[in-house]
Amino acid sequence: MSSVRIMRTRDWASPVPPARRELLTATPEVADDTRPPVLFVPGFGHGAWAYAEHWLEHAASRGFAAHAVSPRGHGSSEPAPKATLRAYAHDVVQVAAGLPRQAVLVGHGAGALVVAHALARYPARAGVLAAPVFGGWATLGLALRRNLFGTLPAAFGGRLRLGRRQLFGRDLPEPLARDYTRRIGHASARAQWELLRARAPENPVGDPPVLVVGTPDDRVVPRSALDKVARRYGGAPLLFPGMGHDLMLDTRWQEPVDAILDWLEKGGE
Amino acid sequence: MSTPTDPSSTLWRDGRPVYDRRDTVCVIGAGPSGLAAVKNLREHGFGVDCYERETGVGGAWNWRHDRSPVYAGTHLISSKPFTQFPDFPMPDTWPDYPHHSQLLSYLERYADHFGLRPHVWFGTEVVRVEPAGDTSWDVTTRSTGGYGSERTHRYLAVVIANGHNWAPKEPAFEGLDEFRGQTMHASSYKDPKELRGRRVLVVGGGNTGCDIAVESATAASQTWHSTRRGYWYLPKYLLGRPADQVNDGLAKLPLGLRQWLAARTLRLTVGDQTRFGLPKPDHKVFETHPISNSQLIYHLGHGTITPVPDVRRFHRGSVELSDGRHVEPDLVVFATGYLPRFEFLSPEILGADEHGRPTLYLHAFPREHPTLAVAGLLQPDSGLFPLVHWQTVLIARWLRLRDRDLERAAAFWSRASADVGKRWNRARVKDSTRHWFEVSHLDYLRALQGALDELSPATAVASRSTR
Ligand SMILES: Cc1cc2nc3c(=O)[nH]c(=O)nc-3n(C[C@H](O)[C@H](O)[C@H](O)COP(=O)(O)OP(=O)(O)OC[C@H]3O[C@@H](n4cnc5c(N)ncnc54)[C@H](O)[C@@H]3O)c2cc1C
Ligand SMILES: NC(=O)c1ccc[n+]([C@@H]2O[C@H](COP(=O)([O-])OP(=O)(O)OC[C@H]3O[C@@H](n4cnc5c(N)ncnc54)[C@H](OP(=O)(O)O)[C@@H]3O)[C@@H](O)[C@H]2O)c1
Repeated sequence: MSSVRIMRTRDWASPVPPARRELLTATPEVADDTRPPVLFVPGFGHGAWAYAEHWLEHAASRGFAAHAVSPRGHGSSEPAPKATLRAYAHDVVQVAAGLPRQAVLVGHGAGALVVAHALARYPARAGVLAAPVFGGWATLGLALRRNLFGTLPAAFGGRLRLGRRQLFGRDLPEPLARDYTRRIGHASARAQWELLRARAPENPVGDPPVLVVGTPDDRVVPRSALDKVARRYGGAPLLFPGMGHDLMLDTRWQEPVDAILDWLEKGGE
Repeated sequence: MSTPTDPSSTLWRDGRPVYDRRDTVCVIGAGPSGLAAVKNLREHGFGVDCYERETGVGGAWNWRHDRSPVYAGTHLISSKPFTQFPDFPMPDTWPDYPHHSQLLSYLERYADHFGLRPHVWFGTEVVRVEPAGDTSWDVTTRSTGGYGSERTHRYLAVVIANGHNWAPKEPAFEGLDEFRGQTMHASSYKDPKELRGRRVLVVGGGNTGCDIAVESATAASQTWHSTRRGYWYLPKYLLGRPADQVNDGLAKLPLGLRQWLAARTLRLTVGDQTRFGLPKPDHKVFETHPISNSQLIYHLGHGTITPVPDVRRFHRGSVELSDGRHVEPDLVVFATGYLPRFEFLSPEILGADEHGRPTLYLHAFPREHPTLAVAGLLQPDSGLFPLVHWQTVLIARWLRLRDRDLERAAAFWSRASADVGKRWNRARVKDSTRHWFEVSHLDYLRALQGALDELSPATAVASRSTR
């Protein structure tokens, strides 16, 4: 890993312009100051709604103040057709720094890459990268093999369409899977392109513990990519076989979120 | 007074008990620099006791503090990206140049967000810091204002973050004693109400002098603004963007070219300053601490501020200027700046010369005392917080390295000693006490980057495995 970069001329000379953001929150019935707030960040095309389905309430029921943000151009946040990865990370850091206490950042899919960028700008209590899509041409290759017509336009700046079978396990009822797929939008063309170019995120600041979770049956993130990301953060991925890429929407959504919260309760080690 | 106690480990110094705090680091002051120090030391695993003479955090930005130099109308001069801590951005909804009350709420949120308050002992003033034989330090405290008894604790290291904008630099003018009007230093100026309907002379062309002259322009019946040289008055906005952001867009260009471009842009936008009755600058742009004020020129143009030269002397009923003119103010505000003060430390520890100017590495580390550091003793041409953030990360890394790898620490220290007293500013800044700590944020951060890389734990692992 390289060292922290402190000459940030771009951040100083051309700061990310503000945008209105959607933030969903689930508050525990009894406030518990020993548990850090958790901020969930959805992947490309998803919005905060994806976490509102199960994970937010579940985290709150276990005593964690739980929040989910839609980066600009996602969910009900302000449209942002020209947004960059940097702008998405900015949105995450803005929300995190606005919480009363030092927060845990949880990112899913390409949202995990957004979180990785945010970790370089905000000293999170801990970071969780769920089914992380860190991009690169290998990701594109796999996506093309699994879903040629959904992926091909994205490679040329068009819209990425992920198929139901890529996102969910077989046991998710068909109507539900169809409904979720319909709600999925897309990230900006620029951000998709940046994902392909896969500029490595800078190192996290403040040395937070980082957990990588995923599934060996993910049809978006190959196992080798999971291992690679986990290795970068000095660990091995925590695996949930049999699940689809969208861990928080799949039928067995509770297993990964419980594992994440258990890990946090143990202090992230 | 409340202070940490650990009765199990009592030592003695001159017949008084010393409570040993072992591996704990002491931070003096809970202003922006002190808070950053507490946060970053804790992030590096240190226990921290921070002493703050006031009852709240925020330092200069807490205008309830008796020593706060901030006045009711103070807005930032550095725009948000240059002012915020690099790991805790100000809200998107705030303006480019927030008000001082927003700065205070920002610092309070920073303290709460990172859980810093439990480590701060409020209402407690540090009165002495003395070497304790080895490399540790004895820090003596008492309740602010001198009530209660003194207490001494021993620390692994001390980080001084007591600020340098609170001890007024009072000018000595001939005849000042006989002057019948009121005089005050800008540090005690709070509100334009104090100027209403009066004839006001503001002395000094730093940001304080310019701000107060502007406030006076709309409150007082007459305003004179005295400066002893010509300056470059930078507007807060250039080309529709905060001027500092425009300037950093050119950060890659060499200094000479940037100076030329800035002078050119000012010439095209503000125009010829002498038209407004101001003297021509006696130096290039960036060779004095930048003034950021859009309204001064505006009020000069309205005739609501009258520019005048340096004060020669005071008389009973008037002030004589260097061009022989007399003006008759009934209130004189000395916006002549501040001097650093370390009243709890003997001056040779910071390598101070006879004028009290410390000689340090990176304006932070004294040559002879590796476990002492000063945070925030900087006058950047931008906001202070990003610089002090990385400076305190460096202090924390340095103390960690000393603890883990004395050999590498020694190598770093001997290299650093060569840079003691260096200025970190390519521009040839004018000789004035106000420029003792004047740094270019670009030059200074580059130097910090080098030092941080050298002390980074990652390089530590690498160099160990190749050994
Ligand atoms: C009018 C004005 C406007 C400014 N505007 C800007 C700006 O726009 N941008 C910018 O970056 N900077 C600005 N500054 C500079 C400002 O000084 C810094 O932003 C910042 O406040 C410095 O922080 P500090 O923590 O180093 O010192 P301070 O804020 O002065 O805090 C020092 C703290 O240490 C405490 N202390 C001191 N001595 C002791 C002791 N012996 N024992 C215990 N506690 C002690 C004090 O009570 C205080 O709380 C401005 C300054 C002034 C005067
Ligand atoms: N709005 C804001 O955010 C804001 C407002 C105020 C201050 N600040 C910051 O606070 C710090 C202190 O600023 P400051 O303006 O109080 O002090 P300063 O920058 O030191 O300026 C002092 C001014 O007084 C002059 N001066 C000093 N001694 C004098 C004497 N004996 N006779 C005549 N003139 C004399 C200096 O002239 P020379 O140049 O000739 O020495 C200079 O013009 C700076 O970092 C500044 O940027 C920020």
